[in-house]
Amino acid sequence: MKTRREFLKVSAGGLLLAGGARWSGWAGAANELPSGAIESGRLGSLPGKLPLIQKSFRPPNFETPVSYFNEAFTPNNAFFVRYHLAGIPEAIDAAQWRLAVSGESVENPLELTYENLTRDFETVEVAALCMCSGNRRGFSQPHVPGVQWGHGAIGNAKWRGVRLRDVLNKAGLKKDAVEIVLGGADGPVLDKTPDFVKSIPAWKAMDENTLVAFAMNGEKLPHWNGYPARIVVPGWTATYWMKHVTTISAIAQPFKGFWMNPAYRIPKGKFPVIDRFVSQETDANTPITEMVVNSMITSPEGGRKVRAGEAVTVAGVAWDGGYGIATVEVSLDEGKNWQTAQLGADLGRYSWRQWSHRFTPARAGRHTVLARAINRVGATQTFELIFNPAGYHNNVVQRIEIEAT
Amino acid sequence: MRTLLALSLLFTLPAMAAEADVHLKEGSGKQLVEANCSMCHSLDYIQMNSPFLDRKGWEASVNKMIKVMGAPVAEGDVQNIVDYLAGQYGK
Repeated sequence: MKTRREFLKVSAGGLLLAGGARWSGWAGAANELPSGAIESGRLGSLPGKLPLIQKSFRPPNFETPVSYFNEAFTPNNAFFVRYHLAGIPEAIDAAQWRLAVSGESVENPLELTYENLTRDFETVEVAALCMCSGNRRGFSQPHVPGVQWGHGAIGNAKWRGVRLRDVLNKAGLKKDAVEIVLGGADGPVLDKTPDFVKSIPAWKAMDENTLVAFAMNGEKLPHWNGYPARIVVPGWTATYWMKHVTTISAIAQPFKGFWMNPAYRIPKGKFPVIDRFVSQETDANTPITEMVVNSMITSPEGGRKVRAGEAVTVAGVAWDGGYGIATVEVSLDEGKNWQTAQLGADLGRYSWRQWSHRFTPARAGRHTVLARAINRVGATQTFELIFNPAGYHNNVVQRIEIEAT
Repeated sequence: MRTLLALSLLFTLPAMAAEADVHLKEGSGKQLVEANCSMCHSLDYIQMNSPFLDRKGWEASVNKMIKVMGAPVAEGDVQNIVDYLAGQYGK
């Protein structure tokens, strides 16, 4: 089993890509969803959820309106919902639910009840950002097919559960384990459709922060976010955070399945990511892994009118794959000069970090605000989209306009 | 469990009714598209993914549904489905 440290050594040079870019002017309005997505998007609610931006009915895909991101932790009933396949159990009875831990790379396969899971292991809590790999796909230029997400396929929560490591060790994980395969209670409508099954590298599964979570922000998981238990892989995009998890299988070779390859792939060498998923790499591409450094302006909403000569607070959040946010900078002159924003409390390296910046628009008229984050390993956001066919890793610097009167 | 089930039925029914309110544009092939595509997903997926795919793009999407996702689309219907999608929801 490879350790994370080895991977850090292998690819740390890739970081230079991020810091080296110089910006020569705003690239243009990249924040336009396809017109069909604007027309068909509407507020809709699922049982137990507040009205969210509905992208599709079946399977349900709902994003969180940006206004909820002014809170450090995203309320459970406003948390985004994302399913690939429409065979979703209407309700799951925790008393009937079982978690099977098996595979060629465990000595003692076992089956856990909900009571076993919640009582037989040490319980831990991790604050971590859960972000769909395709967050902001809708802003890709050119547009690419898929759920046309805006800014809201993201949410921050305190996840409580047990370490996946402890569960695997109880089953006697063998040294030859290469990947841990994760399956959930939801599935396809047709038998011929590939079931949504994902794998993670054994080293990531054994990371002390990777959880089998059964609570979110102090409450049971909402049904639509994976009740009664889901996998939490801090720092990595949510494709690996298996909802309604029922099977965990340790294997000694790479897992083959549609949702690992060709789905959820990024071109090799284009993004400054450190964590690699070596057993799944091909010559051309690699599975998406950690989130790239990014930020979002959550307040004021673009287009808002303010008073010239009166102070305005611009606020938002910044995040990365778990190295931690070092600085957030704000520009009020289209990127010529940057001022350091004030950072909010550090809630842990896998949580997003709130930031704010106060300024006074001296004159009436249109003012623009740009924000960019820099993380503790020196990576920052891009000014031009790094295009890829699935629309992942969009960390283009965001720009909003404010009208002062 | 019983209470949960009753509650979820209560909430699910209006949502189902609302899915039926998704109306695709009129055009030759619309019924074929409705019958085939809605087996696995709501038809708002088509609206959401428009109008940026050209004919080749829609053809690739339909072929992915058949070859990868296992959609049981009759061979003779594929052309009509692609024609409708490219004509009504193409760029």
